[in-house]
Amino acid sequence: MTIDVEDPPAERDAEGFLVHPEDWTEALAVEIARENGIDKLTPRHWDVINFMRRSYLQNGTAPSIRTLGKLSGVPIKELYQLFPNGPAKLAAKAAGVPKPRGCI
Amino acid sequence: MQPRIVILGGGTGGTLIANRLHRLHGDSVQITVIDRDDRHVYQPGLLFVPFGLSDPARLVRSRRAQLRGGVEFRLAEVERVEADRSRVRIRGDETLPYDVLVIATGASLMPDETDGLTGPGWQERVFTFYTLDGAAALRDALGGFDRGRLVVNMVDLPVKCPVAPLEFCFLADWHFRQRGIRDQVRIEYVTSLDGAFTKPTCNRELSGLLAAKEIEVTTEFNTGQVDGAGGRLISWDDRETPFDLLVTIPLHGGSEIVARSPGLGDELGFVSVDRCTLQADCAANVFAIGDATNVPTSKAGSVAHFEGETLVANISRFLDGRELEPSFDGHTNCFIETGFHKALLIDFNYETEPVPGLFPEPHVGPLRLLQESRLNHLGKLAFEWIYWHVLLPGHAMPGISARMQPAGKRLDVTAMERSVR
Repeated sequence: MTIDVEDPPAERDAEGFLVHPEDWTEALAVEIARENGIDKLTPRHWDVINFMRRSYLQNGTAPSIRTLGKLSGVPIKELYQLFPNGPAKLAAKAAGVPKPRGCI
Repeated sequence: MQPRIVILGGGTGGTLIANRLHRLHGDSVQITVIDRDDRHVYQPGLLFVPFGLSDPARLVRSRRAQLRGGVEFRLAEVERVEADRSRVRIRGDETLPYDVLVIATGASLMPDETDGLTGPGWQERVFTFYTLDGAAALRDALGGFDRGRLVVNMVDLPVKCPVAPLEFCFLADWHFRQRGIRDQVRIEYVTSLDGAFTKPTCNRELSGLLAAKEIEVTTEFNTGQVDGAGGRLISWDDRETPFDLLVTIPLHGGSEIVARSPGLGDELGFVSVDRCTLQADCAANVFAIGDATNVPTSKAGSVAHFEGETLVANISRFLDGRELEPSFDGHTNCFIETGFHKALLIDFNYETEPVPGLFPEPHVGPLRLLQESRLNHLGKLAFEWIYWHVLLPGHAMPGISARMQPAGKRLDVTAMERSVR
């Protein structure tokens, strides 16, 4: 029996990625960004996060940094300024999609 | 009239699918393979060229000579595919109509996409062994290299044979030890990935080997610029790695033909296909095989071989108006040379990562998975003969099925790994 009436926090994996992408909300994106040192999400951040999410929902995989640079409208250099230390990973995390996996 | 099957590319995938289709259908179909040259390179041999273990001239054979009699081979430059009209446009304003098209145009190197990579120092202290000329030039440079920092840089995935950069590091370690100057040379592997390899169990095994051989590893380094004159790799987030000799594995993309054909490829120029049937997203009568596809597995000859079985069945089904079978499981099989006459073997698919075990016969082997052995090295050497005489003619490999076999694999190792993580 459970007496907890509040929504449980969205489940995350060991690296902080959402386990269920459907749990994602904009508020959660803000929270995840803050945990990773991004205090404020600018419209440019949202461009990348929204592209990331659209691309994942369409293709079932998170785009790589190279794909982001080609298709998101934000050049790679700027991606690194917006999301320091690994933009593809961090943007994926904030967008609530699984970690981009290189295909090997 | 016989159906006309046009195959773009006479490399590994194009050759083996042409031969398989011809064996199955004989002259009841008309098969044309188009390529712009008649030089078929045995690409797995390139790795050995810089170490003088393979002669570049011996790696090249005629493309035409690998095709069965009855398969037409045409030397031509393809301008683009017009999938909506089921025809290929050839340079010189000729069109070639098809009933079924197979795109086997492989992957291309794109060194120019990285700022400075082909600038000052290119082919002087910056090399790639992914081309015949590059591998031969690197052999001369390595021979004269007796002290300093050798950096091997995988710029970003996807690349052909993603284990080749690691094999290069292992062979370089062996090379400098044989010359008695290993203590004068630092070997560093710089990768955009967050580990030496993407799959955890295999990554652990390979990381252990790299450490044992004193090969340094820098991960999550996304090369944005190469300063050949100054001997520096510069990442997008402004980290730097100095080098005296750089071996680069440049960015890859699909063929220009795909890029020039509207609706055919993804943003990198790889053909968008269903990952299990290999049918292109753009048209029902277009298929792709090998490195040319965007399927999420390695770009490797073994993949083209395993895809061949699915593809030949699905082209036949398409011609008969039957439903396609989603039978390709992402099966990949790679030998990893580790130097000192030894190699590892890995065998995996979309769902199952490489684990220890025995191959191809469960409990018998004789090859050991994910473990160094001399027999695996002999297997790698034997593969050259198998490539020309079994794989390209489109024969099945005795004892090795197109679908990955879980039997003989220590799948509990993966489960253990998961519970620890």
